[in-house]
Amino acid sequence: MSDIASSSFVRQDLLTERPAPVKTTGFVGLVRTRLFNSPTNILLTIVGALLLWFAVVPSVKFLVADAVWSGKDRTACLAENAGFVVGACWPYIQAKLPQLIYGFYPEAERWRVNLTFILAVALLVPLLVPRLPAKGLNASLFFVAFPVVAFFLLHGGGIKGFGLSWTAGLLELFDDSIIGAGQALLGLSKTSAVGPLLWVVGSFVVLLGTAIHWLILPLTWLRDQIQGAGQSVWADFAVTAVIVSLIAFGFGGGLRTGWRALASSIVAFLAIAVVIKLMGLDSGGLPVVTTNLWGGLLVTLVVSVTGIVTSLPIGIALALGRRSTIPLIRIFSIAFIEFWRGVPLITVLFFATYMLPLFLPGNFTVDGLVRALIGIALFTGAYQAENVRGGLAAIQRGQGEAAAALGLSWWKTTSLIVLPQALRHVIPNLVNSFISLFKDTSLVSIVALFDLLGSLRASFSDPKWSTPSTAFTGFAFAGIIYFLFCFGMSRYSLFVEHRLNAHRRN
Amino acid sequence: MSTEARKPPPQIALKIRRILGGKAGWNGVAVQFAFAAILGWIGYEIVSNARANLENQHIAAGFGFLRNNAGFDVNQTLIPYTGSDTFLRVFVVGLLNTLVVSVVGIFFATVIGFVVALCRLSPNWLLSRVGEIYVEIIRNLPLLFQILFWYLAVLAALPNPRQSISLLGIVFLSNRGLVVPSPIGGSGLEPFLAVLAFGVVAALALRYHARRALFQRGQVIRIWPYVLGLLIGLPLATMLLTGLPFTFELPQLKGFNFAGGSRIIPEFVALTLALSTYTAAFIAEIVRAGILSVHKGQMEAGSSLGLSRGNTLRLIVVPQAMRVIVPPLTNQYLNLTKNSSLAVAIGYPDLVSVFAGTSLSQTGQAIEIIAMTMGIYLLISLLTSAIMSVYGWRVSRSLGA
Repeated sequence: MSDIASSSFVRQDLLTERPAPVKTTGFVGLVRTRLFNSPTNILLTIVGALLLWFAVVPSVKFLVADAVWSGKDRTACLAENAGFVVGACWPYIQAKLPQLIYGFYPEAERWRVNLTFILAVALLVPLLVPRLPAKGLNASLFFVAFPVVAFFLLHGGGIKGFGLSWTAGLLELFDDSIIGAGQALLGLSKTSAVGPLLWVVGSFVVLLGTAIHWLILPLTWLRDQIQGAGQSVWADFAVTAVIVSLIAFGFGGGLRTGWRALASSIVAFLAIAVVIKLMGLDSGGLPVVTTNLWGGLLVTLVVSVTGIVTSLPIGIALALGRRSTIPLIRIFSIAFIEFWRGVPLITVLFFATYMLPLFLPGNFTVDGLVRALIGIALFTGAYQAENVRGGLAAIQRGQGEAAAALGLSWWKTTSLIVLPQALRHVIPNLVNSFISLFKDTSLVSIVALFDLLGSLRASFSDPKWSTPSTAFTGFAFAGIIYFLFCFGMSRYSLFVEHRLNAHRRN
Repeated sequence: MSTEARKPPPQIALKIRRILGGKAGWNGVAVQFAFAAILGWIGYEIVSNARANLENQHIAAGFGFLRNNAGFDVNQTLIPYTGSDTFLRVFVVGLLNTLVVSVVGIFFATVIGFVVALCRLSPNWLLSRVGEIYVEIIRNLPLLFQILFWYLAVLAALPNPRQSISLLGIVFLSNRGLVVPSPIGGSGLEPFLAVLAFGVVAALALRYHARRALFQRGQVIRIWPYVLGLLIGLPLATMLLTGLPFTFELPQLKGFNFAGGSRIIPEFVALTLALSTYTAAFIAEIVRAGILSVHKGQMEAGSSLGLSRGNTLRLIVVPQAMRVIVPPLTNQYLNLTKNSSLAVAIGYPDLVSVFAGTSLSQTGQAIEIIAMTMGIYLLISLLTSAIMSVYGWRVSRSLGA
């Protein structure tokens, strides 16, 4: 041991320090390694800088430096009056701002639009922040209660009945149609070659219709009683509340465990009663503003939010249908999805505008906005179906098998085990579809609805503001709005994706 | 004494159940009957309502209107067309216009998309940021917004033909569109085309031969000088022998407009610009993702085998990236074709604009016209997806899966 120590060399003095390595981090490092490390790279850097220069400088000059900030009409934005080559003409945007946001919504009623916007933000923000509690309540408020409230706020008008009359009316309509179909078949059977067969089917359908008629008789009788009495809305409301609460109590487990369901049902109905009373829906409600007066950002947001809210259930249903083991349902879902995904949205809007009214009964007119909404819901629903299907495919078989082993039915397996996991997987994809939906809402301006882009285009034709820079100013303004919305959503989608993949990061 | 094995019990009922109801059994059959009944009811409602409504509006259903005179003009036609032609011809004219704008758009979108993708992948920090900014801005603005921007703001701000912006005195850009020289066939056109076609076929055959030699015998044949000769030398030689295949007619300013040359209408310019820049942003992301999806070990393995950087990219990285890139790229091409229907907003005479727009408002045959329009788009997309599934099948076969 000792000779090894004695024979080994032990350095007595310190080595001279080596120079520090070339810095590869920080700004200097970035410049050195990724901008100017080779002749080619220097050339590329110059090209990039030139590109940036020619894009940024004119934009800033146009938007800020050369812009006109105040004025009454076009004369303020003309080069000969301003004394320089005019960039953006911002007074034009100031003058047209109400039109770009509300369209022709009456000025006295615009508080309703503002209130709707505030409600939407108040409900949406807590839904988007993952840390906040009560997601279920919040989601049901936003996706179910808010659209109804927003409709009565924006459109106005009151209600004449409640759940009972609506259900009775709908069932009656359905029953009439079935009996009509049966009678048409019976009429056909007299002339057709397969008469007897048609006669049998027709008689069966008529019989079915009659049976339904007798089945719903208590409901229609009750409805007629209520309509006869004064205060029909409140009577109907009370009856509906009692019936629905009892059903909830029964399904919740009766005397044993049904109390919770009963309580939440009563609370929900109380809340509905408060809303009805507050908005005066029982006595005519707010003044009606027809949808042809709506416009601007309001229409853009209404169309996109309605599209988002309605396309998701359609998408989930179609995705489940596509994975179903029942052949007819699977074939139907595939055909439906592929059809809507194969055609451009503009033809869908043409379909909804010109063809859909022909398919509905003659006395049944559908509002132009609603028609566009139906088209957009079907179209987006097909795309959402494919997103949801991706999520369903990502769930391991074992999940469903475990649920089956526990004795859960198909419905319970799907709604409690599979869907919650699948939907969580595909939140980023869903948000991405919502971004494209938001961008696609601009297409409704082609079928004579004035969304943000449509209002903008309409405002160009105003001679009071026609200057060489009007179009550029308008596009700059609308572009900033669209960009903020879409960019915000895409960042949110990235954030959620990051959060979902937290366990996969290393 | 041995007993014979008993036959399995006949499972006819089971088989029927399986065929009719899938895995769900008799429940499935019941659900299907209910579903079919509902579908039938909805179909009945639609048909009966449509019939009643059409009777009220005095519109005769059927495709007979296609043989009627259209009576309106179309400002860009690839085939001869006048106002006295039929609606069927309008349909073809519109379809051809849609296809031509799609093909031109796809070409430019691919070029721009690959350039932007290369920018984003570049080791140069600034250039990759510039690419990123381009992609983010373009992807976050609606396509219709961009089409209208090019059409209503940029092209409308261009000067009139007399002060048009000229490029080398050959191409003129003004608010009336783009005027380019038009080729006029000369005496040598036919032999030139024939020789060119022969050159292409021969070059392809040569490449096939060289690849067979490489894969079967490991023999490397250098073919590029021959290919160059076939594709460029041979047509040039023919040109010297038979004269110029075509001459260009240059546009000239006469009065307030151009004479000679061919005019590309501003709607086409705006639509092509918007479609190609918009789709290019998506293509750039696809290409970037595809190239990044190839593991960097592949590049290292290539260089350790002694391949040059270019050869590694060409032979190893790009073929693997293409496998990832091609399906979404086709999807983007399809999207571009479908998005070309936005032409209706600026009046470019595409299928939707002239057929589902003008023809529909003139005849009122909503059901037939919209069904035909949707049908043709559906056909295009189904054909594309069929080709893509064949491609996917070939790729998975070549991987030995």
